[in-house]
Amino acid sequence: MDTFALLAHGLAGALQPINLLYALIGVTLGTAVGVLPGIGPALTVALLLPVTYQFDPTASLIMFAGIYYGGMYGGSTTSILLNTPGESASIVTALEGNKMARKGRGGPALATAAIGSFVAGLIATIGLAFISPWMVKFALSLGPADYFALMVLAFVTVSAAFGDSALRGLTALAIGLTLGLVGIDLQTGQARLTFGMPDLLDGIEVTTLAVALFAVGEALKVAAQPMAEDKIEPVKGSVWMNAQDWARSWKAWLRGTAIGFPIGAMPAGGAEIGTFLSYSTEKALTKHPEEFGHGAIEGVAGPEAANNASAAGTLVPLLTLGLPTSATAAIMLAGFQQFGLQPGPLLFANNATLVWSLIASLLVANLMLLVLNLPLVGLWVRLLAIPKPWLYAGILAFATLGTIGANPSPFELGMLLAFGLLGYGLRRYDYPIAPVVVGLILGPLAEQQLRRALAISQGDPSVLVHSPVAIILYLIAATALLLPAYLRLRGKGKVLSQLAAEED
Amino acid sequence: MSAPVVKAGGPDRAALVIGVLLGVLAAVIFWQTRAMPVTAQYARVGPTTAPYVLSGFLAVLAVGHVMAAFRHGVQEREADKVAPMLWIVGGLVAQMLLLKPLGFSIATGLLFACAAKAFGRGPLWLTVPLGIGLSLVVWLIFAGLLKLSLPAGPLESLIF
Repeated sequence: MDTFALLAHGLAGALQPINLLYALIGVTLGTAVGVLPGIGPALTVALLLPVTYQFDPTASLIMFAGIYYGGMYGGSTTSILLNTPGESASIVTALEGNKMARKGRGGPALATAAIGSFVAGLIATIGLAFISPWMVKFALSLGPADYFALMVLAFVTVSAAFGDSALRGLTALAIGLTLGLVGIDLQTGQARLTFGMPDLLDGIEVTTLAVALFAVGEALKVAAQPMAEDKIEPVKGSVWMNAQDWARSWKAWLRGTAIGFPIGAMPAGGAEIGTFLSYSTEKALTKHPEEFGHGAIEGVAGPEAANNASAAGTLVPLLTLGLPTSATAAIMLAGFQQFGLQPGPLLFANNATLVWSLIASLLVANLMLLVLNLPLVGLWVRLLAIPKPWLYAGILAFATLGTIGANPSPFELGMLLAFGLLGYGLRRYDYPIAPVVVGLILGPLAEQQLRRALAISQGDPSVLVHSPVAIILYLIAATALLLPAYLRLRGKGKVLSQLAAEED
Repeated sequence: MSAPVVKAGGPDRAALVIGVLLGVLAAVIFWQTRAMPVTAQYARVGPTTAPYVLSGFLAVLAVGHVMAAFRHGVQEREADKVAPMLWIVGGLVAQMLLLKPLGFSIATGLLFACAAKAFGRGPLWLTVPLGIGLSLVVWLIFAGLLKLSLPAGPLESLIF
C-alpha cells in the first residue's frame, strides 16, 4: 500500500469516536500543562502512564501524542503573555512575543503563534507520514552495531551538542545511564547495583524518575527562589491578524517549518535549537530589522512554527527507529513499552493500524488545537492566574498520585524524594534534565544492541566500526561533540545562551 | 539564573564537590561490579561490561569537574532559601510515612498543606483539611472510577 492509502486507513481509525475523545482529552490536557509554568508534556505523560495501564493502547498513545502537540501550543501562550516560557522550546517566542503583548499586540502574537503552529504541525505530520516508510526501509538494513552507533549519536546530541556545557550535559547523561543499570540484567539475570534491596530488582521506574526530576525538583527550585510576582499582559484588542501581519507571517511559518522538521527528524535532540535557528534566520531576512527586539511578528511566527515542526519531527526517529531524542519522546517510548510495543521498523509491520491511526490522529489533534487555542485563548489565560502555592501544591499531590498509582509503596515515594532532590541539584547548578531521562530509557537498549553486536562477532570490538553507516554516525557524533566546544573556544558559544538571556 | 561571576580565590566549591561525588559513584559502581559472581561467559561481553565502561566514564567526568573547578574559580550563585525546601521535603516524608497507616487522602492532604506553606500560603489548620478534602475527591475519582490502587485508610473506608 502506498502512503496515501495507509494514511487514509489511519484516518478512518483516528476518526472513531473513542479515539477522537482521547485526542481531545490529550490536546486539552497538553495545552493546559503547556500554559502552566512548571509542568510540561513529559511530566504529564509520565503521570498518566500508570493511569492508562488498562486502557486501549491506540487510544492512550493518541492521547500522549495529543499532549505532546498541545504542550507546544500552550507554551507559546505563556511566553507571550507572561514572559516566562512554559516549556524550553518557547524561550525564543518570549523574546518578540512578550514585547508585542506589552505594546497591546498580544492578540496577533497569539494568533500568529497558533496559526503558525497549525501550519507547521500539518506540514510536519504529513512529512512524518511520507518519511517514515522510507526510514523503516533504512532501519531494516541496520545491524546491532549500527543501532548502537545511532544511540551513541542520540546520547551525544541530547546531552552535549546544544547545551552551554558539554561537561554538564554528559554528566547528566551518565547519571541517567547509571540509573538505567540498576536492576536485573535481562540477558543473564544478574542483579546489578541493587545493593541487596529487592525493591530495586525491577529497575528504576521511568515514571518515578521523570515525575521526581520534573515535578518535585522544579517545585523545590521555585520554592527556594525569592518570589517574584509575574505580570500577565492582558490580551487587548482583536486576536485576528491584519493583512500586514499575514503578509509578514506566512513566509516565516514556512521557513520555520523547513528548519524545525529536519532538526527534529534527525536525531539532533530537542526542539530548542530549531527555534533559535529560525529566530536568527528571520532576523537576518526581515524587511523590518528595526522592530526586532521590540515586537517583530516574524520573530514569533518563525520560531513557533519551528518548535511544532521539530516536535513532529521527533516522532520520526521515535517511531521508525525506537530512538527518543527528547524527554517527552523518551517517556512516550516508555508508554509504548508499557503496552508491550517496541517502536522501530517492526512496529510498522506488526502494528500498522496503530501506527497509522496515531499519525493520522496527529492531523486531527492539530486541527483541534487550532480551535482550542484561537477562539478559546482567554480560557487558558485564566490558568496563568492560579496562585503559585495552590499550583505547586496541586502539582506535588498529582505527582505523588502518579507514583503511588504505579507502585503503592513507601519505598517508591522515598525514591521520588531522593530523585526530587537530585532534580533540584541539577537545576541549582545548571545541569540539563532531559539527558537523565533519555539515559535511563535508552541506556539499557543501547547496552542490549552493543552486546548483541559483540555476541555476533564473538567479542571482537572492531565489529562496531565495520559498517559504513556506523562510521558515518560516529563521525557525526564526534562533530556534534567537538564543534560546539570549538565554537565555544572561539567565543561564539555564547550566541545561543545570550539569545535566551538578553531579555530583561 | 544569574550569569556566574568569576572571582579570585580558590576553586569552585560546588564543581569540586560534584566532581568528588561523581568519583565516589564511579568507585561504587566499579566495586559493586567486581563483587558480581559472574559465571563463565560465551562472549567476553557480559553483564559487567557496561558497568565498567560507565564507571570509567564517570571517573573521566569527575576529573573534568575538578579541572573545571580550578579553571573557572569561585562562581557566585544566588543563595537559595532553605525553609521552603524543608517544608516540601517534610511534606513528602510525612506522606511517605503516613501513606500505609493513614491512607492516601490524609497523607496527600498533609503534603498539599506543607507545599502550600512552602510557597507562603497558610494557615495549616485551614490548608490541611482543604488538602485532605481535595485528596479524598482525587481518591474517589482515581481509585473508585479508574481502579488505580491507592492505599485506603480510615477516612476512605468510612466512605467506601
